[in-house]
Amino acid sequence: MSLLLDLALVAWLLALALYVTSARGDRDAIVAFIAFGLLLGLGWTRIAALDVALTEAAIGGGVTGMLLLRAEAHLRKRKPGGPSKGVVGKAVTAVACVMVTVGLMLVVLAFPSPAPTLAPAAAAALPATGLGNPVTAVLLAYRALDTLLEKVVLILALIGVWSLAPDGLWGGAPRLRPALVPEPLAYLAQMLPPFGVLIAVYMCWVGADAPGGTFQAGTVLAAMWLLVMLAGLSPEPETRGKALRLTLIAGPALFVAIGFLGFAMAGGFLSYPESIAKPLIVGIEAALTLSIAATLGLLVAGPAQMASGR
Amino acid sequence: MAATEAFTLVFVGAGAVLFLAGTLGLLRFPDTLSRLHALSKADNLGLGLVVVGLLPQCESVTGALKLVCVWLLAQLSAATASQLIAGAVYRRKPGP
Repeated sequence: MSLLLDLALVAWLLALALYVTSARGDRDAIVAFIAFGLLLGLGWTRIAALDVALTEAAIGGGVTGMLLLRAEAHLRKRKPGGPSKGVVGKAVTAVACVMVTVGLMLVVLAFPSPAPTLAPAAAAALPATGLGNPVTAVLLAYRALDTLLEKVVLILALIGVWSLAPDGLWGGAPRLRPALVPEPLAYLAQMLPPFGVLIAVYMCWVGADAPGGTFQAGTVLAAMWLLVMLAGLSPEPETRGKALRLTLIAGPALFVAIGFLGFAMAGGFLSYPESIAKPLIVGIEAALTLSIAATLGLLVAGPAQMASGR
Repeated sequence: MAATEAFTLVFVGAGAVLFLAGTLGLLRFPDTLSRLHALSKADNLGLGLVVVGLLPQCESVTGALKLVCVWLLAQLSAATASQLIAGAVYRRKPGP
């Protein structure tokens, strides 16, 4: 029975992937891509990777979808019926994608059986971190450097988006609010955020011992913030604001600071003294959650579109 | 044990039937408003029946509460999305 479910899931994923690449309209492709992200999240739960599933649903289905939809609306406004890529361009892209896929398939098939794994080592070192969730231990202790660089990349992406603003609007606020805010949207923006914030805090806290964590919690917070801005209940922040910029870098900055403290306290960059490993990790997670929420929200909000008031 | 499992089977089965009916309606109904009408049945009643059916299978009270919260939040978002889509349709073509 569960085999049937898995096969149906795989068939749906393949069909949606084909549709996304062949859909005529950009918007159709994006909507299908959002559905693809959600189904892929379901697929991750089927192989018991709940942390990945949550992230995939939140980022792949949620934030990326909204980012793409806004970009598409922007492009549509700019040039109606823009130029499409030539046949050669499409063919080259298709061949390159197929080559990457085939290469990955060959690599997966070439694994020895049983596949090499570090899972026992990761589980054995878990008590030293004070955490209960091995995924969080990998993200914030064993491979903390990767996580740190990932957050820095997010901020670089935001700088890239901000750079699209014309000179005169630099430092101004992005524009999310539609000219006319529908009443149901305003109602939702008043009702949902208390629950959303509660869920985000819960996800961040529970991430130490169960599936959940900074990225998922940050995405939920960002969604609540975007909802409030979309409904016009809170003005879009000016991108030159000091508090805003501090929030953006607070998480990575704390991460780096604690990383350097590791030289003094535990003998290496990003290593934690065992007695206070858990409080340190939870502190980094809390700061990172806020920074991720601000970064993702501003990424979706886009470059400044209103001149700075100051 | 058997009674709770039969309860779950009946309610989740009924929920699945509603989802099937809602999907059929979504595919077959002629205009946006009636398609939304079909969809809301699946979203509200279908998901509600599935959640009620799963309640006896919960290991803890908090687990059951989380399930109910999922249903309530899905209700809120589905109702808002329907209203927004219907509002957009209504504004686009001011009909009778």
